[in-house]
Amino acid sequence: MKEQLEQIKESALAAIVGAETEQALEEVRVRFLGKKGELTAILRGMGAVAPEDRPKIGAIVNTIRAEIEESLSARFADLKAQSMERKLREERIDVTLPAPEKKVGKLHPITQTRNRMVEIFTGMGFEIAEGPEVESTYFNFDALNAPADHPSRDDTDTFYFSENVLLRTQTSPVQIRSMEGKTPPIRMISPGRVYRSDVADATHSPMFHQCEGLVIDKGITMGDLKGTLATFAKAMFGERTRIRFRPHNFPFTEPSAEVDVSCFVCGGKGCRLCKGEGWIEILGAGMVHPNVLRAGGIDPDVYSGFAFGMGIERVAMTMFGINDLRLMCENDARFLEQF
Amino acid sequence: MKVSLNWLKDYVNLNCSAHDFSEAMTMSGTKVEGYEILDDKLHGILVGKILSVVPHPDSDHMVICQVEVGGERPLQIVTGAQNVSEGDLVPVCTNGSLLPDGKTIKTGKLRGVLSEGMLCSLGELGLTTHDFPYAIEDGIFLLQEECKPGDDIRDVLGMRDTIVEFELTFNRPDCLSYLGIAREAAATFHSPLSIKEPVVKGTSDGDTVENYISVEIRNTDLCPRYTARAVKNVKIAPSPLWLRTKLRNAGIRPINNIVDITNYVMLEYGQPMHAFDASYIESKKIVVRNAAEGEIITTLDGVDRALTPDMLCIADGEKPVALAGVMGGLNSEILDTTTTVIFESANFARENIRKTSRAVNLRTESSAKFEKGLPPCNTLPAVQRACELVELLGAGEVVDGIIDINHADISSRKVFFDWKRVNELLGTSLTVEEMAELLRPLDLIWDGEESLIVSPYRGDIITTADIAEEVVRLYGFDKIKATQFSGRATEGGENPSQKFRTAIDRNMTGLGYNEIYTYSFVSPSELDQIRIPADSPLRDQLTILNPLGEDTSVMRTHPLPSMLRVVSHNVAHRVKAAQFYENATLYFKEGKMSREEKTLCFAFYGYGDFYTLKADTNALLDALQICGVTYASNTEDPCFHPGRCADLYCGDVKLGTIGQIHPAVCGNFDIDVPVYGALLSNNALFSCVAEEKKYVPLPVYQAMERDLALLCDDEVEAGTLCGMIRSFAGKSLVDTYVFDVYKGKGIAEGKKSVAVRLVFRLNDRTMTDEEADNGVRKVLKKLESEAGITLRG
Repeated sequence: MKEQLEQIKESALAAIVGAETEQALEEVRVRFLGKKGELTAILRGMGAVAPEDRPKIGAIVNTIRAEIEESLSARFADLKAQSMERKLREERIDVTLPAPEKKVGKLHPITQTRNRMVEIFTGMGFEIAEGPEVESTYFNFDALNAPADHPSRDDTDTFYFSENVLLRTQTSPVQIRSMEGKTPPIRMISPGRVYRSDVADATHSPMFHQCEGLVIDKGITMGDLKGTLATFAKAMFGERTRIRFRPHNFPFTEPSAEVDVSCFVCGGKGCRLCKGEGWIEILGAGMVHPNVLRAGGIDPDVYSGFAFGMGIERVAMTMFGINDLRLMCENDARFLEQF
Repeated sequence: MKVSLNWLKDYVNLNCSAHDFSEAMTMSGTKVEGYEILDDKLHGILVGKILSVVPHPDSDHMVICQVEVGGERPLQIVTGAQNVSEGDLVPVCTNGSLLPDGKTIKTGKLRGVLSEGMLCSLGELGLTTHDFPYAIEDGIFLLQEECKPGDDIRDVLGMRDTIVEFELTFNRPDCLSYLGIAREAAATFHSPLSIKEPVVKGTSDGDTVENYISVEIRNTDLCPRYTARAVKNVKIAPSPLWLRTKLRNAGIRPINNIVDITNYVMLEYGQPMHAFDASYIESKKIVVRNAAEGEIITTLDGVDRALTPDMLCIADGEKPVALAGVMGGLNSEILDTTTTVIFESANFARENIRKTSRAVNLRTESSAKFEKGLPPCNTLPAVQRACELVELLGAGEVVDGIIDINHADISSRKVFFDWKRVNELLGTSLTVEEMAELLRPLDLIWDGEESLIVSPYRGDIITTADIAEEVVRLYGFDKIKATQFSGRATEGGENPSQKFRTAIDRNMTGLGYNEIYTYSFVSPSELDQIRIPADSPLRDQLTILNPLGEDTSVMRTHPLPSMLRVVSHNVAHRVKAAQFYENATLYFKEGKMSREEKTLCFAFYGYGDFYTLKADTNALLDALQICGVTYASNTEDPCFHPGRCADLYCGDVKLGTIGQIHPAVCGNFDIDVPVYGALLSNNALFSCVAEEKKYVPLPVYQAMERDLALLCDDEVEAGTLCGMIRSFAGKSLVDTYVFDVYKGKGIAEGKKSVAVRLVFRLNDRTMTDEEADNGVRKVLKKLESEAGITLRG
């Protein structure tokens, strides 16, 4: 009996190894373990075994059964993996073939640049202020301390709707609108559209965008202006960016400065972008003129503040290497999709 | 303003390169735009002495010269010029030399004869007969200067110099002069300033200016000061080389000694001057007055100009002899025959000069300076300087006595010097002495107490902030320590409507649309292009009085034309398909100002149909949390295809219109492909945003679906049909969905079959088939009785 069992085991294990498909293996399983299988037949024949030998034989049968089952399941897994592998081989595709087109749209480079500026300043606690583009001469010039005969008021420079209504030439009128009726601290930026009477060419446009900034509180200093703009420049143009203030004159700030950033291409050594200067002019800035604070209803003896402004197109052009301003309003899809 | 460094060195010591000079001046507040080193524009041109002239063997019009240029042997030079002869001193381009026009001259052969250079004409050196009146235009420049063969022509003719161009700011009209720039340079380089007060000897012959002229100012507001002196026995002649050179390098054409003196003084003091020929002044009288209506003056440029009473003129007893501050009159011009000259130096109100200059469309050096607002303190020194130069040049005899009528305050002012506040503004901790030391070279003198004594030419110094600017620019911005502001924290960031616009940007790009930027000002005819009726309120546009052109003359009230121009550009440039959006600002008249509103406009071409557009619209609205939007067909909008256009509503709020752009409109923009576009009002969208997000539990029980093919009139819209079904079915119907529309075989003319899926679900238990069937029966019964819509047989 024992020998018979050993034989069954040997032939079962051999059949399992010999089965090349899952179906053949299933047939092996039925042949040995099925209801009419060889091992099952042995158990059925236990009646003929002496009662005292039965438990012993029973144990041997169970061990053999377990061994066969284990071998079966291992072989099953093996064959399954083989057939999967075969199938995957058949499913191989040419991954270098082109995909059907699916595009995500792009924000205009001006918006992308504006958003970057906005992120940096809102992170410092600045709010975003807005004002009308069709503006009064009061907000655009008078309240900003522009002398009555300042050339920027000329109708060769500014678009007018009437003597007192114009297209704003700068985002600075939002300074006054932000001050009116408010108690400092004021920390705002105001990105927006502005207009000047320039014929469109590679570097001029009658419509462009600026981003204004204003901080008013007790004890605000020129040093704070430098610190704020240095932080901005590093975030905008890279950690190694330095800034440089050059004295200038604007009606609405005193002292005033033009602010350069170290060239982010050459790092200040001089290259084509910075025209060998090592610096790129980006901002106008200064301490808010006392007359402007007064126009906004803020006492210049108690409070002080700084303001700054920059052309968004100019920054976008230098950052993206765009050499013609007219591309910005032409909106060629092949241009827009590059950003 | 262009400044010759050679000239500037008359007043201040400068020992640095043009680059370093420019850098330092810029950093102390006098911005340098650029500079030009004249030396570099030409080289290798030497003085040559003609030793011999012989005819060219093979040419009738050329000669062969032997020319001594200071080298071991003379050069042989072939020239076509006819005016050279033995002994002449001429400019010689040697082998490898450079001319101002960029040409280089090399040794070569002319008709077989070696020529080791070129003899130069005036023009080839970049000069004119104004610079060298003794020379001729056609022919070689025969030098009459003190020089010898081999001398560099740049030294002989005063062509070594560096010209620095300054960009001056509005607040510093005093810097429109050599003396002003010199003062800034002295302060920048801590160098002493040497400005001498002009000294005039006079004639001491008992003759006085009153014998020549009297002056009356009738409008002291427009002419606060008028200063004049007379010069007799004038000998009109060319100015000496040094004066001509200075003027030439400053970009001014030398004319004659008297005119050159007025220009020289204008550059030096920044004070425009005028010289009259006294013999043309009727009744020896100068009257500064407003012009009479219709009065005419012929200005020095030969143009007749009609004057108006708001213009100021300088007149004699009868007629205007100058347009005040702008240009002199031809009738009293200095001519070669002039023997008596009146020098005038006056101060005029800047606004009036600006208006006059614009009204007569004549901008001169003089008007440009007066427009900026000149200090009245300079008229006397300027006249004195002119007379000093007359004596120096021997151009005439200066008559004793000065006429100086002054109604202006020319004294120094005291300005409160709040030096502590200056430190507060700058974030510095300078002592008062340190500040005073910085300010002193600018003629801003601390009185040792609480004031600064400010020179009359610094009218811009008024407040503490002005003083702070002077301190910081000389102290150096780079020395200000960068700090971070502190104080009460502010929230910052975007407000809800700004966040909403950012969300529109995010979702439109996510849907594949590229953002575009277009002009806010447009042509009024654009509204014709999109078929807006003549009586539409959109035609009431804000009109720019001084536009660049018709194309940009009104503020837009509709976003579509700008979009279609972009589409047109892309179609024309063979971009096969594209999607664009713009959250465009529109400008509507409101009183004298405008109401500015944003309309989201998006469009595509090259693929898709109305339903693609609708799908994008729905996706956007869903992302923006705008729910329950319904579409109603719009057959009236002139911009859209009458059969493919819908208005969007959220409740009663109209959100906008979407559809296929009318082919005629496309045609007006030269677009020959279908364009689909949407116009959605930002305000309307924003007002319809669901206030908060709230979780609705996921359905627990299974839904029952029933598909119906319904036969209805062709005109019945799917939206209407589904609306009826929903209203008839009751709450258990949770969704209806049209999945097919069929017309044609088996369906009667004028009818269509609409396949609708009805989805029923209960919240508290699974619905039975029977209940669902009952629901369908109820809907069908009502559809038939109320709308005659039946199941397709």
